[in-house]
Amino acid sequence: MRAAAVAVAALLVGCAQQAGDGTELDSSGSDANEGAITVVSFGGSYARACVLGYHESFTAETGIQVDLEDYNGGLAQIRAQVEAGAVHWDVVDLGVADTVTGCDEGILELIGPELLPPGPNGEAAADDFLPETSTECGVGTLLYSTIYAYNPETLPGPAPTTIADFFDLERFPGRRGMQRKPEANLEFALMADGVSKERIYELLGTAEGLDRAFRKLDTIKDEVVWWEAGAQPPQLLADGEVIMSTAWNGRIFNAQVLENQPFVIVWDGQIMDRGQLVVVAGTPNLQGALRFMRHAARAESIAGVGKYIAYSPARRSGQALIDRHAETGTDMWPHMPTNPANMKNFLMSDWEWWADHRDEMQERFAAWLAR
Amino acid sequence: MTSRESSSVSQPVPRPLWRRALGPRLRAAGLALPLVAFVSVTFLGPMLSLLTKSFHDPEVADALPETMAALRGWDGQETPPDEAFAAVAREFVAARTERNLGRTANRVNRVASGMRSVIMGSSREMVEAQAAAEAAGAATDGAFWRETMIAIDTRWGGPEPWRALEAAGQRFTARHYLKALDFERGPDGGYVRAPEVWRIYVPLFWRTFLVSLGVTLLCLVIGYPVAHMIANSPPKRANVLLLLVLLPFWTSLLVRTTSWIVLLQNQGIVNDFLVAIGLIGDDGRIAMIYNMTGTFVAMTHVLLPFLVLPLYSVMRAIPPAYMNAAVSLGATPFQALRRVYWPQTLPGVGAGCLLTFILAIGYYITPALVGGQSGQLISNMIAYHVQTSLNWGLAAALAALLLGGVTLLYVVYDRLVGIDRIGLG
Repeated sequence: MRAAAVAVAALLVGCAQQAGDGTELDSSGSDANEGAITVVSFGGSYARACVLGYHESFTAETGIQVDLEDYNGGLAQIRAQVEAGAVHWDVVDLGVADTVTGCDEGILELIGPELLPPGPNGEAAADDFLPETSTECGVGTLLYSTIYAYNPETLPGPAPTTIADFFDLERFPGRRGMQRKPEANLEFALMADGVSKERIYELLGTAEGLDRAFRKLDTIKDEVVWWEAGAQPPQLLADGEVIMSTAWNGRIFNAQVLENQPFVIVWDGQIMDRGQLVVVAGTPNLQGALRFMRHAARAESIAGVGKYIAYSPARRSGQALIDRHAETGTDMWPHMPTNPANMKNFLMSDWEWWADHRDEMQERFAAWLAR
Repeated sequence: MTSRESSSVSQPVPRPLWRRALGPRLRAAGLALPLVAFVSVTFLGPMLSLLTKSFHDPEVADALPETMAALRGWDGQETPPDEAFAAVAREFVAARTERNLGRTANRVNRVASGMRSVIMGSSREMVEAQAAAEAAGAATDGAFWRETMIAIDTRWGGPEPWRALEAAGQRFTARHYLKALDFERGPDGGYVRAPEVWRIYVPLFWRTFLVSLGVTLLCLVIGYPVAHMIANSPPKRANVLLLLVLLPFWTSLLVRTTSWIVLLQNQGIVNDFLVAIGLIGDDGRIAMIYNMTGTFVAMTHVLLPFLVLPLYSVMRAIPPAYMNAAVSLGATPFQALRRVYWPQTLPGVGAGCLLTFILAIGYYITPALVGGQSGQLISNMIAYHVQTSLNWGLAAALAALLLGGVTLLYVVYDRLVGIDRIGLG
């Protein structure tokens, strides 16, 4: 009898603890801090740059607390929250192909152009945002690039300078890092095979063009180390596991500037993509979320991110605000993907093509990897 | 019911035995009720609802009912009748205004890649065409829409987009299973085996099976002597050894996996050591990670405790006297092991292997991190379709096939060894 009583008591304590954990979790959402909003982003050095760049000034200006959460991209969680009617994410950092898909599915709020604030000198938002950076549901914030970088310490001799060099095993023998997904890799392969950038997506849409891309990838397949997370390429380069690796330019920049790594970025053939902010449909904090979007879309805000990481503002007026790295004083402009010196040969990722073909490319790519 | 039955018989008969025992039985069953409810709500319900998605996909049919009705009599050649054009236009324009056409478009896109932009692009212009026609007072009938839609996108003049709509509009469908077995829609709408460069799921099922089998055998070869040693050590030493086996349990999966990368990579500790003692040259470093070796090493390490623990508890229950008796009766140590000890540990071997194998089949983070290009297993694709492509129908079909495969193995195991021979000690 006594044993049973003890067991029941133990169970109750357990339940109470569980409940306690639950309320604690909730309070970080909306209950305790009235009007706090939850912003979800990719974590790491990028999220840190966003916090320092404009989350803090937003809270100082409006008094609205910003709770930051990390995720790995994708629409699954947003869709689950909207379908369950329990939305607790307010603003999400999303890739543009996902923004368009999510917008089509109606799980993101429409963002009217009137929401976008004018530039610091009164530039109209419609002209100030770079073309194709904002969509119906997404406000363009940043331009980032997939590039490849090498470590001169482990790659002595002549330096690679073109995207074709990445696929040249004769002149540059050794292992290469690539992201384990078809995005960017297919484009790199065709560019290296001499296809002009205007024809890349047209060619990828045909069976012959696709075969050609995979044939090119075949030539280096045995030498590729596949990475998954953005933090891996700098690590692989520093460890000497690979002599060169594709990467997101901001991650290489951080290794160069904050960790004094000697890495060199090859900008030839860089594939530029746009980062966007969206508001989850049906959020109970819609007003707070929209205020946050207005703040985040200011040229000063997105240029603020560019003081900590080499991602380029999606507004012309923001481009003019690019300055020095806030912590080391490094001049940011040479590291920006939008610097004309870095844009001599670049490709703008085609979200429409990827929204149409991503699933089938993922299957083809997985089949190719498995062989 | 009981009262009516008893009143309808004139003479009360003794209640049958099963009914007299019913009360206590119900009370006993009542105690299990919380568990049953918990399992149904958190496990059986979601699992069944997800498995249903593998063959039941009503979304497009619900979104475009008139179109589906208009396409019913169509022979699949050239273009459908005018009514289909009128119906599809009505439903596209309405859905577009209500902002839920995208869901439909994404689903049709899974049947035929590229349909997403065909539907979204055309519908945008169809809304404008409708407004323009209404302003001009022109009729918006089937003939009008046939002309307009083909003018917007010539593909509407061929059978392909209509076949895709029709296929996506099937409420009950085997297409997810066909896809999961590497079949694709052929030019005439029937299903044919996909060309080799597109076959992915069947090879991945095979690889998953072989990797799991290999890891299980490796665990058995390594774990059997370990379990034996622990079971036959004095309690103090056994506790320490057991702690060593359990240690991986208490370490985060990512930490364990990353540790293996640090150890095994090209410039890693193991290679550095081998170079330092002169066993291999600096340019002859062994590739031990980002390939199949890495997958096997890391997975075996992670899964070893699941084999050692059941084996250990079974071995502890075997009196050492049996082995002593066998040896004293003239058996060589190996004979004694093979004919006396091994058969007694079989229940533990069975339990451990089954547990390890089934866990290995679901692994995907570890192989993805250390397996390089060989590091993708079927669970990676299931995770991709659940999290990224949101194609839950296909994910459910893949999961159902995997579940079916494991169940089949279980049945085979039951036939060969007998499930009641499994023991955890």
